[in-house]
Amino acid sequence: MNKYKPVIGLEIHVELKTKSKMFCQCSGNYFGKKPNSQVCPVCLGMPGALPVPNKRAIEWTILIGQALNCHINHDSKFDRKHYFYPDLPKGYQISQYDNPIASNGKVVVSNKSFGITRVHLEEDTAKLIHDGNETLVDFNRSGVPLVEIVTEPDFENSDDVKRFLEELQVIIRYLDVSDADMEKGTMRLEPNISVKLEGQRKLPNYKVEIKNINSFSFVKKSIEYEIKRQTEILEKGETPKQETRGFNEAKGKTFSQRSKEEAQDYRYFPEPDIPPMKFSEEFIEEINKELPELPSKKTERYVKEFGLKYQDAFIITRSRELAKYFEEANSKFKIQNLKLNLKINNVEQNIANLIVNKKIPVNITVDEFVKRAFSELTPKETDLGKLDIIIKRLIEENKKVVDDYKNGKTNAIMFLVGQVMKEMKGQADAQIVRNKIIEKIR
Amino acid sequence: MKILGKSIKEIRNLVDKKEISVNEVFDYFIKRIDKYNPELNVYLTKIENKEESNTGKLFGIPLAIKDNFCMKRIRTTASSKVLSDFIPTYESTVTSRLKKAGALFLGKTNMDAWAHGSSTETSDYGPTKNPWDKTRSPGGSSGGSAVAVSAYLTPAAIGSETAGSIKQPAAWSGVVGLKPTYGRVSRYGVVAMESTLDCPGPLTLTVEDAALILEVIAGHDPYDATTSPIKGENYLDILNKSEKMTIGISDDYFEGVDDEVKEKTLNAIKILEKLGHKTKKIKLIPPKYAISVYTIIQRAGVSSNLGRYDGIRYGNDRGKFGEEAKRRIMLGAYTLSAGYYDAYYKKAQKVRTLIIEDFKKAFKEVDVIVAPTTPITALKLGEFEKYPFFGEVMDQLNEPGAIAGVPGISVPVGLDKKCLPIGMQILGNYFEEGKILDIANQFEKETDFFGIIKKGMKNYE
Repeated sequence: MNKYKPVIGLEIHVELKTKSKMFCQCSGNYFGKKPNSQVCPVCLGMPGALPVPNKRAIEWTILIGQALNCHINHDSKFDRKHYFYPDLPKGYQISQYDNPIASNGKVVVSNKSFGITRVHLEEDTAKLIHDGNETLVDFNRSGVPLVEIVTEPDFENSDDVKRFLEELQVIIRYLDVSDADMEKGTMRLEPNISVKLEGQRKLPNYKVEIKNINSFSFVKKSIEYEIKRQTEILEKGETPKQETRGFNEAKGKTFSQRSKEEAQDYRYFPEPDIPPMKFSEEFIEEINKELPELPSKKTERYVKEFGLKYQDAFIITRSRELAKYFEEANSKFKIQNLKLNLKINNVEQNIANLIVNKKIPVNITVDEFVKRAFSELTPKETDLGKLDIIIKRLIEENKKVVDDYKNGKTNAIMFLVGQVMKEMKGQADAQIVRNKIIEKIR
Repeated sequence: MKILGKSIKEIRNLVDKKEISVNEVFDYFIKRIDKYNPELNVYLTKIENKEESNTGKLFGIPLAIKDNFCMKRIRTTASSKVLSDFIPTYESTVTSRLKKAGALFLGKTNMDAWAHGSSTETSDYGPTKNPWDKTRSPGGSSGGSAVAVSAYLTPAAIGSETAGSIKQPAAWSGVVGLKPTYGRVSRYGVVAMESTLDCPGPLTLTVEDAALILEVIAGHDPYDATTSPIKGENYLDILNKSEKMTIGISDDYFEGVDDEVKEKTLNAIKILEKLGHKTKKIKLIPPKYAISVYTIIQRAGVSSNLGRYDGIRYGNDRGKFGEEAKRRIMLGAYTLSAGYYDAYYKKAQKVRTLIIEDFKKAFKEVDVIVAPTTPITALKLGEFEKYPFFGEVMDQLNEPGAIAGVPGISVPVGLDKKCLPIGMQILGNYFEEGKILDIANQFEKETDFFGIIKKGMKNYE
């Protein structure tokens, strides 16, 4: 049997949450709105209507490019991409062809670097609603700004893809430019998969694109299915067909949708209704100032600066709001700590524990959180007499655990600590309890 | 009261002096339209419910609008059966600005379907007739607007030009036609032909009226990203400047031009010299090269811009497209196809840049460039079918300026032996509409050529 290596690249679409659409003043927030209630001559593609680009959407696309370590192209432009489909009222989509806003970036996830080919801006299409024998068109989504992110074919397995996508989603949310919600369709994924022989340098001469996947785990499953399917075909000495496939969630299988042999010629040409864009160095710098500390940097900093365990830092930094909450709680806690001279150590890790283990919910105000954190973290007054009696009884009742401990299973002690704390109804300092139990067992 | 042949300014004076009411003026034109429209086929849609205002530079002045300008609740067909029932929900920037200035609208005028043509014969609603000789074409594509003015079925009209569609019918119909700089006037709401060339402009009886209308419609439009941020000017004031200019003349623009047209144009140039303007021979890229550049760019744009009429909206399917539109779509789609784009479209854009540079260079030496508007005078109806690329040839003297995007005006300079009007065009530098209006106005004041406009109307008294 030959050894094979998957080659995977990704195309990700992210809908921007700008107030207005990409080329008109209609509201861009179409979710749950009455069909065709947010439309105008421009997004309906009426005769004579003209697109005027949304500056904010362009700035946000630059910001995304910067967050993905891309080169921001000083000269960029829009192009028309022609195809006929009922959801495309002009017969073309305004997109970007050879001068995308950003290109040549990379994202590092779990110490692996994945190349970003390009980041470009385009308009979303209308939504088709199939109803029995009828197909209805809702133009509320038509013209909503859509950012397309294309990666290099740098992925070799589905786990890396999933991790990358999760990181990308967090980055986009950090930038506060999109909900990046898979279910709502504000984030859409299309993996391109092919398989080559291990050691083969050239890319395979075919690729399979999977469309309409609405969760990260389905992306993973569909990739795994495809790798298996394609490998089997290659084993037979054949080449898989270049095509677009869909994913059946119930069966966990992909199925053929459209053969790429009938590949469309989009007849791209520069959008004549919109003058080419020129971005000055100052303009790009100005946008760069809006770039927040990104999740990976923040994780690193929490580990370095606060001495947090990597896993805790990672969890807390998955959401910009949570990280902010954490930092606020920290600083408020420290001020109180100093004032009251309580000398609680490892404040950051302790607060992190409270958050990660959900000891205190984070849907309360930071002040309330800090108050509750104090009662959790302040050493408890311990009724030593009562403690002695309980420990004695529990050692009797848990002979096996005690033996385990004596035989070197040091973790067994934690069970006893837990039991004692329960009996004491939490009114004891866990450290003292632990020491007392060890003392008694010896 | 004799209104026949009165300019906008003259009508305004009469209204201001209360010698005639706005309503009387409007009704006067409606009656003329009822009488002469059946034989000339100028208006496709009449607008009788006028929305009145009592202020503005054009207060109470009735105008005719080419049928490719969207007007709210008024049928807009671009002379194509594809849009036979299209009633826009919105107003073009040009008509909206005219309305704000107090103008009234008489109706929508016939044109070549989708503005594809130079004779108004590709209209799906029948050709418009030239009032000078009804067996002849008025030119096009703004033929309806030109004839509306020429037969005095309106004191002034709005047209649009991609390459020659204002100036050429103005010349053939014996009126004034102004094509502003690309980006000077908003294209918002104008059914698109080729988006880097299309430009709305007025057709009028006098240069002064053209200046007045330009003053109203020019300027940046937040709905058209290709409009210039450069502010419009008070073109009427500029007319008083009577600046002495250097006129550029390129022999290539007289190449292949009919002798009578050539002679009248040279005669007009002599008059300009007499007025104190200097002439200077210049070398420009010969217009013949512009034909291929223009054809490729325009067809590409057409194939893209007409893609929206896919039969899903607007109630009519693609079978309603006429032959000319289909030919243009096919050629345009071809030049944009993978493998041909570089050889055609991209190359054409490169040559276009050369033509732009050529004009920029020329306007460093001269203030304006003067040339015949068309190589010949009005052709018989039906003749265009004999020639492929008829329009491109008819408009070849207009194409270089269109490709470059510079402004130009066509003014009458006489009649040929067949008693057909001859037009001369004056091209200006980017955004220097003021200069071409100024010199055209000086020419108008000096000569009686504009009298031929009234002569043409004699049959329509």
